[in-house]
Amino acid sequence: MPDTAASKRFTVPIGPQHPALKEPGHFEFTVDGEIVTNAYVRLGYAHRGIEKAAESRNWVQNLYLLERVCGICSHIHGFAYSLAVERLANIEAPPRAQAIRVIVAELERIHSHLLWMGVSAHEAGFDTLFMYSWRDRETIMDVLEGLTGNRVNYSANVLGGVKFDVTPTQADIIRKGLTFLEERTKHYLDVIMHDTMFLQRTRGIGVMTRSQAEVMGALGPTARASNVQRDLRVEAPYAAYKDFPVQMVLDTRGDLEARFEVRINELFESYRLINQILDNLPEGELNVRVPRRIPAGEMIVRLEAPRGEVFYFIKSNGTDKLERLKVRTPTICNMTSVVRLSVGHQLADVPMILAGIDPCFSCNDRTVQIRQADGGAQPNGLSSLMSWEELRQYAIRKYEAR
Amino acid sequence: MDEKKNVVQEVMDGLTNWARVNSPWVLHFNSGSCNGCDIEILATLTPRYDLERLGVRLEASPRHADVLLCTGAVTRQARERLIRIYEQMHEPKFVVAIGSCALSGGVFRGCYNVMNGIEEVIPVDAYIPGCPPRPEAIIDGVVKLLNSLSPANHQITVADRNDKPSTEKAVEE
Ligand code: SF4
Repeated sequence: MPDTAASKRFTVPIGPQHPALKEPGHFEFTVDGEIVTNAYVRLGYAHRGIEKAAESRNWVQNLYLLERVCGICSHIHGFAYSLAVERLANIEAPPRAQAIRVIVAELERIHSHLLWMGVSAHEAGFDTLFMYSWRDRETIMDVLEGLTGNRVNYSANVLGGVKFDVTPTQADIIRKGLTFLEERTKHYLDVIMHDTMFLQRTRGIGVMTRSQAEVMGALGPTARASNVQRDLRVEAPYAAYKDFPVQMVLDTRGDLEARFEVRINELFESYRLINQILDNLPEGELNVRVPRRIPAGEMIVRLEAPRGEVFYFIKSNGTDKLERLKVRTPTICNMTSVVRLSVGHQLADVPMILAGIDPCFSCNDRTVQIRQADGGAQPNGLSSLMSWEELRQYAIRKYEAR
Repeated sequence: MDEKKNVVQEVMDGLTNWARVNSPWVLHFNSGSCNGCDIEILATLTPRYDLERLGVRLEASPRHADVLLCTGAVTRQARERLIRIYEQMHEPKFVVAIGSCALSGGVFRGCYNVMNGIEEVIPVDAYIPGCPPRPEAIIDGVVKLLNSLSPANHQITVADRNDKPSTEKAVEE
């Protein structure tokens, strides 16, 4: 083979079906020898059209549809949606319901972080940790099942409150589970900080500085590992987080090791928080009545999901259906960092970098079409589509005109 | 001569069938699900449920797999891929549809971008309902599929599989 530059440069396609990822996403990495020189990602395989579907279902049905935006952080979607609807209708869920929502949200964070730890250990070739962390994760799944009746997609929310109560017996079961997990988590933290083999895969890999993280708009633990202080539970506390403050977990190193440590330390914070809420669970009703028609208006809700900020926009027109829904999930914001950070690393490190942001494709795949404001200039009565460049110019003009 | 060949063939078929039933290699494809089913599939492979004790192994390449575990309501983008993966698998091959949305579209039925179930795209051998199905249900479904293949019930050969509807129709339309 002639030893030309072209023969050495090679494009490695990965996905949409491949062993490392459980979800469909397509990546193309241009490699020069072993080093990645360019990265490209194509998303959209899991785009189902949920936002549109939500417009044709009523307020209650949407709760169950939106939980299925993502099966890993399903509670946070129901939580955000019901919070938005309640704010539109100008009612507030009773304090006990708010506390239970937060308990479930934190249990979900624990299950999600343990799941992530296993999957990314698997990417590193550390299957022992994968198996152990998934074994321990079953403790949380049991707790969630006992509490809500389902392992995944637990539908804890109803509009105006929650569906179930936390009885003292259940509280004891949760406490017991958390005590067990706390011991295990200490062990995992020790493994992640001291296992030489594992450190070789994480230390100094995929370093993202604070300014890079801010420019790329990273969110959640990925950003916090780069010392970006961004956690909505602290910055803009909602529901029971107002009464039960959490401590933000930060790290300054910005590499994969930092991301592991931030997530594991968040686990301890969640254990502490759940125990605290269980000890001080407010008394009272579980839900309040929500009218069938929600008053017209617009509402934005931002919550901290396990992976970062979830953004919900809801527009109501006063009927029993919503007019427009917009969801933005953290993975799409973190995806930029994968593409940027992979460049310059070995191909073998790329799965780890990808897993480092805790990607979740099912919730980030959505389409946006932006139309010109030319009011139906096309024969089909629609306005013409804006190209990327036109959109950019439009944004610049709009910004300058402020 | 012919008879001798047939005997050899029969023995070989029996052998491969025995191997397949005792150690099916499965491939997992997410055709646009919400992830709920996928994490439950993964959970069945981890210590609590441990599907590997039945000889089931998760395989990465369609060319080595016997069973396709498929989740999701099949989005339009994933459809081509699903067909391609199905066609890359060797005969005899089996498809297990996991989760309500793989069966009928589930909550996503009627969305503009989904095909309303795997059945609409490729032939399916076993259905496991639930949203998501519990790991026990997934194990049960896989065991039922394996039982239906075991020599005691009947032998599945290439000829049997030929009268299954092929994917060609789906590709053409
Ligand atoms: S069946 Fe339910 S849990 Fe499974 S992928 Fe579909 S929506 Fe998600």
